[in-house]
Formats: sequence, structure tokens, C-alpha cells
Amino acid sequence: MKKQPHKRTRDTIAALKPHYLPASADAGGAAPHRYHWLIDLFIQLVKTKPLGAFGGALVLTLVLMALAAPLIATHDPNEMHGMQTLVPPGSDFFFGTDALARDLFSRIVHGARVSLTVGLGAVGLSIFLATVIGVLSGYFGGVLDTILQRCVDAIMSFPWLIIMLTVMSILGPGTGNVILALALAGFAGSSRVIRSAVLAIKHSEYVLAARSIGCRQPAILIRHILPNVAAPILVLATLGLGNAILAEAALSFLGYGVPPPAPSWGRMLSGDGLDHMLRGPWLVIFPGLAISAAVFGFNMLGDALRDLLDPRLTGGARANK
Amino acid sequence: MKRYITRRLLLLLPTLLLVSFLVFCIVRIIPGDAVTLMVAEMGFADDEAELRAVLGLDQSLPRQYWNYMRNALRGDLGTSLWSGQPVLEEITRRLPLTFRLALMALFWTLLTGIPLGVLSALKQDTWLDYLLRSVSVGGLSIPSFWLATLLVVFGAIWFRWVPPIDFIPFGEDPLASLGQLVVPSLVLSVALSASIMRMTRTMMLEVMREDYIRTARAKGLSEWVVVIRHALANSLIPVLSIMGIQMAFLVGGTVIMESIFVLPGMGKYLLDAITWRDYPVIQGINLFICTLIICINLVIDLLYGVLDPRIRY
Repeated sequence: MKKQPHKRTRDTIAALKPHYLPASADAGGAAPHRYHWLIDLFIQLVKTKPLGAFGGALVLTLVLMALAAPLIATHDPNEMHGMQTLVPPGSDFFFGTDALARDLFSRIVHGARVSLTVGLGAVGLSIFLATVIGVLSGYFGGVLDTILQRCVDAIMSFPWLIIMLTVMSILGPGTGNVILALALAGFAGSSRVIRSAVLAIKHSEYVLAARSIGCRQPAILIRHILPNVAAPILVLATLGLGNAILAEAALSFLGYGVPPPAPSWGRMLSGDGLDHMLRGPWLVIFPGLAISAAVFGFNMLGDALRDLLDPRLTGGARANK
Repeated sequence: MKRYITRRLLLLLPTLLLVSFLVFCIVRIIPGDAVTLMVAEMGFADDEAELRAVLGLDQSLPRQYWNYMRNALRGDLGTSLWSGQPVLEEITRRLPLTFRLALMALFWTLLTGIPLGVLSALKQDTWLDYLLRSVSVGGLSIPSFWLATLLVVFGAIWFRWVPPIDFIPFGEDPLASLGQLVVPSLVLSVALSASIMRMTRTMMLEVMREDYIRTARAKGLSEWVVVIRHALANSLIPVLSIMGIQMAFLVGGTVIMESIFVLPGMGKYLLDAITWRDYPVIQGINLFICTLIICINLVIDLLYGVLDPRIRY
């Protein structure tokens, strides 16, 4: 059985770690709670990045909307209200009704669930793949790095929409397939960022110290490398969520996204309904605003987090102040 | 430089080989038999065995890949199951339109993105800077298909303008043909322009703090000369790299624009092929576009050395 490093040695390694995280995280063992840095980050975000905080508020609204959709929606999103087709916005139907007499407001509220489910699923899968490839490629280097990076090069040469459409055309419609298509289109770029973050820390003193006391490679990767690339991963995930929502909407708009009757924002804008949109322009306005607000929120929050957590990713933190 | 070009060209080969392999696999390895669907939904053949023979899927995988690569290197990307036309012929017939659309979008992108980025940097932390930065994030967040749909719907309601259904070929009336691309290319350029603007601003702020800018000012050069000749010229090199990355985005965007504005380009061809499950076309377009993007990125990489004398190979 492998002997565990002595507690004092572990403390020394911890003290050597130059976290990208806010001040409290640097305190190592002194931090009263392991998630204390998240609270610090939140306070810093509100104090120094008002636009980022605004983005965060939009994201929070979206999450609440998705969680409490049945409570917020005034009608069933798929219920058809008899002859009340293309009713303009009013007190009965806040955002009006569509060509099938369904309440647009309720569909948009429930659409937040679809967008977030697909977004979280796609980003989760994409970040998992990107982390595995980025960490292995960056940490081990050599032939493995060369092979993996040439594969990443090849995947990155596929235009995002074309790879998604191709995958969807082969897999067929379905929420799971959309998630897979979005993840396949997005993981390669993220793996590059994670790889460069790993390259930057793999020769750090705390990694050398861990190696010198006989830590196994998996332990070094999981306990020392991964926590220190958590910041770029968090930023990638936030920005990736905005992109995933946008990409899902684009796929649905083209008719290859989440299948009906699920209320997808992109499908609501689909070109098939153009005749109805001319008679009811609200059909164009509200779903588009919902997509834009969600993507805007994630982009602003992601930008602010990037500035706060990892200035290297901006290509110059000064410039983004 | 010659050595670097040779090395880059040699590195290109494994990437191209991998791309071809991925394109080959994507139709064959992903679960769900495409042939079953093609026979059931599209009726491309009487039975599955016949269609497999037509597509060459009855052979072993290494033999299939060998045939596929040999044909691709000869310029044979297969034959469309729907139209019976060679895929490469169809692509080269539609490529000029997509190319013009992308080029026009790039023109609008540079025309707006770079000057606004410079302005935003020069007016750092003023209301104009905040406004331009918010607009740029907005530009990145607004889906191009929504913007295009808004233009089509409200153009029709307010100005009685609808995008023409019949496309005028460039050879017939070049000006009218280009005129049809103005609106789609402008919509396509919004997100790209926002991204270029942000990058230009960031790089300008970096460069404006350099010593040589202070020296240029100390020499008594006018601010205009300092900004354009010294700062902007040096800021544009990373912007060029962003443009290389954006090429893949641009090609994806043309698919949406060609679909909304009914333009018979390569994107529309791909969408139609996907609707008809015409896999030889899907495979051919993927291989063609990826090769094109890899080559464009190589050219951009090589341009660095030409544009920036500090870069030595």
C-alpha cells in the first residue's frame, strides 16, 4: 500500500500553489471554508464589474425562470386556445399567441428549461472531454501531445454549424443528440485553453514537490493540476453556455434542433412560420429577445469572470479594465 | 522562411489526413444506419443491399477508405444521390456565390470593426467607450438568424421590401447580383465585427502603452500618424489571427444566410443535402470546406512573417 505524504509536506505543497483564485483562496489551510473563495469572487464581481454583475443577474433570472417555469407560466405551453390564433400581446396573453393559438409567454418561459438543459448538458460533456484531452496533452506532452493536438487541429477545421448539422443529419432529431452535436462542435477549442493552462503550471514548484515526495501521476493530476486549472474551466463553461444556447437556437431555427412540441426559442423563430410572423410580428420579437438576453448574460458574466480569475486569457488584463 | 513554409506544409499533411479520416468515419461509425434511413425515407434504391453497393459500403472499411482517398486526390468527391451530378462540380458551381457573400461580410467587418475598435481604445473609459463595448457584446449575443428574420419581417411590414426569390447570376448583371448580397452580408458581419472590434481595442490599448509610441509622440509626430502608422499597424497582427479563427464561423454563418435569403450557394446545397440525406454530398462538402479552412489558416500564418518583421522563422 502506498504511503500517504505527511500532513506537513502536504501543507508545504499547498503553500507553494499560486492560485489564480481571489485572495482568500491563497490562504490555503487558513480558509475557514473551501468554498469561501466563491463568496469572495461574488463580492468582487459586484464591486468591480457592474456589467458582469448585470450579466450574472440575467443568468440568475434565466435559471429561476427555468426552475419555476410551471409557476411563472400563465398557461400550458402546448395548450391550444381554440380560435385565438395570432392574438396580439395583452392582459390574457402577455406576449400574444402563435399560429396554433398557444400562449407565447408560457412557451418562452418553458423554453428557458429547454435552452438551459441543452446548454448545461452540452457544456458539461464538452468541458469533460476538453479537460481530459487538455490535461493529458499538456501534462504528459511528447508523442501523446502531438497526436492529440493534430486531432484537435483537424476537429477545429470543421465549421461549428456544419459539424452540428452533419451529426444531426446522421443521428436524427432528439434532445440527447443535440447535446452530443453541440459538445462535439465545442470541445476542441476549449481543450486548447485548458492545455495551455496546464503547460503554464506543470513545472511549478508545488507540482515538482508533489512528484519528489512520490505522489502518483493520477494523484498529481487530480489533486494538484486540476484544481489549479479550475479558473479557466469555469470561464470556459460560462462563455460556453452562452454559445451553446445560441447554437441550439440556430440548429432549431434550421429545423434540426430539439424536436417539437418542446418549446425551443430557436424553433419559434423558424423560417417555416414567416407568413404568420408577417401577421403577428410579436412572434419574431419575444423569442429573439429571450435568446439575446440569455446569451448576453452569459457573455457578460463570462467576460467578467475571465478578467477576475485569469487575466492571461484576455490577452492583457489592463486593456479590459 | 523557406524552411518554415516547408515545415508547415509537411505538418499540413497529417492534419488533412486526419480530417479526411474524420469525415470518412462520421458517416460510418456514428450509431444509426444511414443507409436504412436513406432507403426508407428517400427511396434512393430498391433495397439496402443495392444502395450499399452504390455507395461502396459493401466493401471492407480499409478498402472503402483507400477508394475514398484515391478518388478525393483525383478530385472525385463522389456523385450526388439526389441529382446524379458529381459533387465537386456542384460545389465549384455554387462556391463563387458563397465566396462573394463571405468576402462582402469580411469587407463590412473590417470597415466597421477596426475603426470602432480604435475609437473605443482612444476614448478608453469614456461614455463612448462604454457604449461601443456594450454594443459589441450585444452584437455577439444577437443571433444572426434573428436579425435576418427581423429585417425580412419588418422590412416587409414597414417598407414593403422582401428579399428577392430569384437569384440574379453574377455573369448576367454583376451589380444587381452583388446588390442581392448586401443585406445578408451586413447581417453576417455583425457578430464578426463585434469580435474584431473587441480584439482591436484590446491590442490598441496594449500597443499605445509601448515605449515606441512615447518616442513617436516625443519626436513631435501628429497624433493621427502615431495612431495609424505606429499603433494600428502593430495592433492588426493579432487581429489577423482572430480573422483566421473566424473563417470557420463565417462559413457556418453563410449556411444560415443562404437559407434565409434563398441564395443558391454552398450552404444551401449542404442544407438541401441534409434534408434529402444525400450522404456523398454531405461528405464531399465537409471535406472540401475543412481543406479550404486549413489552407486559409496556413496562408494567414505565413502572412504574419510578411506583415510583422519581428517574426523570424
